[in-house]
Amino acid sequence: MCLGVPGEIKEIDGHEAVADFWGVERRVRLDVVGDAVDVGDYILNHAGFAIRKIPDREVEETMAIYESLFGDDVDEALDEIGAPQGADIDLGDEQPAAEPVGESNDD
Amino acid sequence: MTTEVDDLKFRDPEAAEELAADIEAQMARIDEPVEIMHVCGSHEQVIAKFGLRSMLPADLSITMGPGCPVCVTNMPEVDEAVALAEAGKTVATYGDMFRVPGTVKSLADAKSEGASVEVVYSASDAVDLAAENPDEDVVFFATGFETTAAPTAAVLQADPPENFYVLSAHKYVPPAMEVVAEMPDTDVDAFLAAGHAATITGYGLFEEFTDEYDLPVVVGGFEPLDVLYGVRRILEFIEAGESGLDNAYPRGVSREGNVAAMGAIDEVFERTSGEWRGIAEIPEANFVLRDDYAAHSARRQFDVEAVDGAGDPLTEECICGNIMAGTASPKECDLFGEECTPSNPVGACMVSDEGTCKIALEYGGQPDL
Ligand code: SF4
Repeated sequence: MCLGVPGEIKEIDGHEAVADFWGVERRVRLDVVGDAVDVGDYILNHAGFAIRKIPDREVEETMAIYESLFGDDVDEALDEIGAPQGADIDLGDEQPAAEPVGESNDD
Repeated sequence: MTTEVDDLKFRDPEAAEELAADIEAQMARIDEPVEIMHVCGSHEQVIAKFGLRSMLPADLSITMGPGCPVCVTNMPEVDEAVALAEAGKTVATYGDMFRVPGTVKSLADAKSEGASVEVVYSASDAVDLAAENPDEDVVFFATGFETTAAPTAAVLQADPPENFYVLSAHKYVPPAMEVVAEMPDTDVDAFLAAGHAATITGYGLFEEFTDEYDLPVVVGGFEPLDVLYGVRRILEFIEAGESGLDNAYPRGVSREGNVAAMGAIDEVFERTSGEWRGIAEIPEANFVLRDDYAAHSARRQFDVEAVDGAGDPLTEECICGNIMAGTASPKECDLFGEECTPSNPVGACMVSDEGTCKIALEYGGQPDL
């Protein structure tokens, strides 16, 4: 819950966006990001909400940090964003109720 | 805004060794024990995962304070959520709250007995659940610090469905730092403040704190070298006998923070005093919904009955509160790794990925740089 994870914004529809996290797309809300965000920008995601736009000059470094933190274990990163593995979420679809991924967060 | 830490490669072992050597030299000059408290589960994960403690001199200790939101959620708050679930509401909550023991049971126990409890990943998933189930009352058991309080505020501002309610257990970290700094048994010389919470609040708010408590505060990032850099910066303050404030995480944190998020939090919540599990009653550290949002307040709209039953006698032995106040370590708990394990937790510190006991059990503390 406490660890933010960086992702790249792929689509925006009002306050709702889709961001890419290491190849997994996930819905992200932009209500409290506090900056104008465009497609292609990177944000720090926290429990489904972008809490910060990552300045362009810091993107590469930030991604490198997270990659080194998670090592090869992308699953760990995906756990942090609550993404069921292999999930591909598209804004066009009706959103299904969230998978109870938190249970697997606990192990 | 570049500081030295920006120029480092973040997991370069040589740079880490250099920083560790600097720290050792600083400690030799300071020539007395130093205790640094951090207040963030992510810091603890990094420190434990990369074995940073083993790189540091023995008289420099880094302890984790009240930095795990799940762990400081008070038992009666869990009881409220359980009572609502048992009263037929659908309770939605974050995954790491699911198995936290209440006085008698956890939400997971309630669910296994047939209550409706859903794990959600975000506040907006909880709103969606309410929208999809208009005949049910959906109560979002909202936990966490500023970083999750802002999303809860945002969904309440966005005109959620009538059947969406919030049971707020959100907490605000800075007053807890004050309380811990004042505790007679706690001997904290400085704080390494949490980067992500400060992303929201800004680091400027610690200015008053450093003045009032005469302690250095450095905001730190989450890479091993970020942490070491933050520690070195703190020791510079201590060596100079100063109580300064510095931002060692400029990539993530600005002085004023995320103004939009703080605005949303202020509009939706007010702060009241409340108990942080096992630590103390902390003034103005619990976020509760303002009157304007009473229609969505689970506490205002439903009678939540007190729990009867004595609870698990083992929880009496749990010293999680002392651990979060920096006066004990997990290994001092007799239950650690025995009766209390992640699959069968006695205290909240063993449930959450951010809990000190779970992290201690998982990583043990071997260097791994
Ligand atoms: S090991 Fe378990 S019982 Fe002991 S302090 Fe930690 S959470 Fe509490």
